[in-house]
Amino acid sequence: MSETVIKVNNLSKQYRLGTVGTGTLSHDINRWWHVIRGKEDPYLKIGEENNRAIKGNSDYVWALKDINFDVKQGEILGIIGRNGAGKSTLLKILSRTTTPTTGSVKVRGRIASLLEVGTGFHPELTGRENIFLNGAIMGMTHSEIKKKFDEIVDFSGVERYIDTPVKRYSSGMYVRLAFAVAAHLEPDILIVDEVLAVGDAEFQKKCLGKMKDVSQREGRTVLFVSHQMGTIAQLCTTAILMQAGQISFSGNVDEVISSYLASNIDPDKKGYFNQKSDKHKEFYFSEIQTINSHGEYSDTFKFNEPISIRIKINIPDYHPNTMIGIALQDKYSSKVCTFIKSVNELYIDGQDSIEILVSLPQGLIAPNFYSFIFALFDPTKKEYDMVENVCPIRIVDSGTQFSLFEGGDYGHVVINAEWEKLYNAEKIS
Amino acid sequence: MKLSTDSVLADESWDMVISPKGKLLDLNLKEVWKYRDLLFLFVKRDFVAQFKQTIMGPLWHVIQPIFTTIIFLFIFGKIANIPTDNIEPKILFYMSGITLWNYFSTCLTATSNTFVSNAGIFGKVYFPRLVLPLSTVLSNMVKFGVQFIVLLAMMVYFSFRGYPIHFGMSWLLIPVLILMMAALGLGMGIIISSLTTKYRDLTILVGFAVQLLMYATPIAYPLSYLKEKSYASWVQWNPLSPIAEAFRYALFGHGSFTFASFLYSIMFIVVTLFIGMILFNKVEKSFMDTV
Repeated sequence: MSETVIKVNNLSKQYRLGTVGTGTLSHDINRWWHVIRGKEDPYLKIGEENNRAIKGNSDYVWALKDINFDVKQGEILGIIGRNGAGKSTLLKILSRTTTPTTGSVKVRGRIASLLEVGTGFHPELTGRENIFLNGAIMGMTHSEIKKKFDEIVDFSGVERYIDTPVKRYSSGMYVRLAFAVAAHLEPDILIVDEVLAVGDAEFQKKCLGKMKDVSQREGRTVLFVSHQMGTIAQLCTTAILMQAGQISFSGNVDEVISSYLASNIDPDKKGYFNQKSDKHKEFYFSEIQTINSHGEYSDTFKFNEPISIRIKINIPDYHPNTMIGIALQDKYSSKVCTFIKSVNELYIDGQDSIEILVSLPQGLIAPNFYSFIFALFDPTKKEYDMVENVCPIRIVDSGTQFSLFEGGDYGHVVINAEWEKLYNAEKIS
Repeated sequence: MKLSTDSVLADESWDMVISPKGKLLDLNLKEVWKYRDLLFLFVKRDFVAQFKQTIMGPLWHVIQPIFTTIIFLFIFGKIANIPTDNIEPKILFYMSGITLWNYFSTCLTATSNTFVSNAGIFGKVYFPRLVLPLSTVLSNMVKFGVQFIVLLAMMVYFSFRGYPIHFGMSWLLIPVLILMMAALGLGMGIIISSLTTKYRDLTILVGFAVQLLMYATPIAYPLSYLKEKSYASWVQWNPLSPIAEAFRYALFGHGSFTFASFLYSIMFIVVTLFIGMILFNKVEKSFMDTV
């Protein structure tokens, strides 16, 4: 069994909202008065759960509330959640840039954090000078950096600019250099927060590879925060889902992602609606809904239940060559399959709107989360309308042979293959 | 990974425990020592970055005190006609005062901004926070060194023109005095920086208080000039006065300070530094929330 390297115990963090002024001074004096009399901080008792969208009654919010989890050595732990769920606060406490209000974190080994980009880069200094400065800020000694210098420059791919002040760098080069230093830190625990968003695809791939390497071959632990579910799924083994300062779900990375996506489905929004009439568009989608076998709107389908899509298209100006295309996307926004049809075959002469029903075969699409892309286009000329990431649906396992592996990745389609037992090999020849 | 509060490893040794409360005075000098390379790089950064894209470069360190000296020479020496404690030529009197004062005032103003102006770095990565004010004091010491060499060069120049250099055991006092200035600048600076993380009022005060403090310190005039004046005791209570006087005594053999006043200065510095460390230690952990 591998060792526990991070142990988080009842961790909470309270923030006060609003501005600092005379109001905070009176609270500070009150707090100080309680503390010197040996009493408990009066403001720790109040405070609300952290939901940025609704108006609260108290100025105090709990950005984190009673967080408990352990991380084992060599684990890549993904931390996901919506904006303001407390992910970054958690990482800030772990990287010791702030302290918790209550609770504790116990750590074994050296932690290095990569919160945002270019930590401590000085714009006036050259790339070379910044590598040394940045490395030292992250806790490396001069000789350590010297030994790795060539490797860092090589990894960053900005060799040509190494003696130019970093203020002249493009933002991508800046991140490359920053990440390169951090990647060569050799900490026991690496904390990464959304850094990969800036680099180009080639560099992102390199970073992911490096992070995987770091954990698998060298046995280091990585904590990774990202909004890109694809990256999380690719990289992490386990994950925690944070919601309003608490861990709402934790475990296997696929299950956590599914749970996160399920929490994103808006129960009030029943499909896609475009009520405003777009004057400049000749063709556009006005309503799209996913329909279950009872003819009602639904976003959850059983594996063996037929899925239908009811589409209403407004046609202020009809063009006979128009085609309608639908693509099914998985949760990482890559396409599972596409189907197209010529509108001509669906059009009823003289109408300025049409309504169609598309039915997908049942028992084929693997249980998971999906969404759709809809497009109206002329294959030779132009695109009239395109709506992406709409009508999210969930297909739940209703007892396939994969029920045992729920949450696992076994592809997007379930095909019934023919299996045959061969008694001896000569039979087929 | 599992959610658990108790595990078999609970009592094993941990390298680091992050918790809300710490000791009152937990300087962690061992950790600062571990980050000595960073300290050195910050000093280098301060020095290098300041003169990037300038042609004169570090020469600016020399030009600034020379011009101030000339102004002082005119205003205090020629117009106000304040005596210079028999230090001749007068220009050396002013220059020595300005060199010493510059060191203190830059140390104080720069370290008093530690938290606010470095919030960007502090917010992203952990390193012993004390490294930054220490690096400020050190990089200013380098600047002081440059200015001190200019002062020495002037003294050598004037020695050829009939003003012999006063050289003796008293020169050994100089490093002690510089350390005292550094410690006082650091101590007061970190007190102010700790107090300004939440309420910025003091920042505004520091801006002009340092300038005013110079006039309460025998920099542009000798302490002996105030003898028998009713406000002389006010200047004597200024812990900087004995340092300034001792500095001139060490260099030129003229200066009025007593052993008692010197001891008073040292006590004052020790107390200031101690209070500063406690405050800094308390604030450094969570100042990011209020800065």
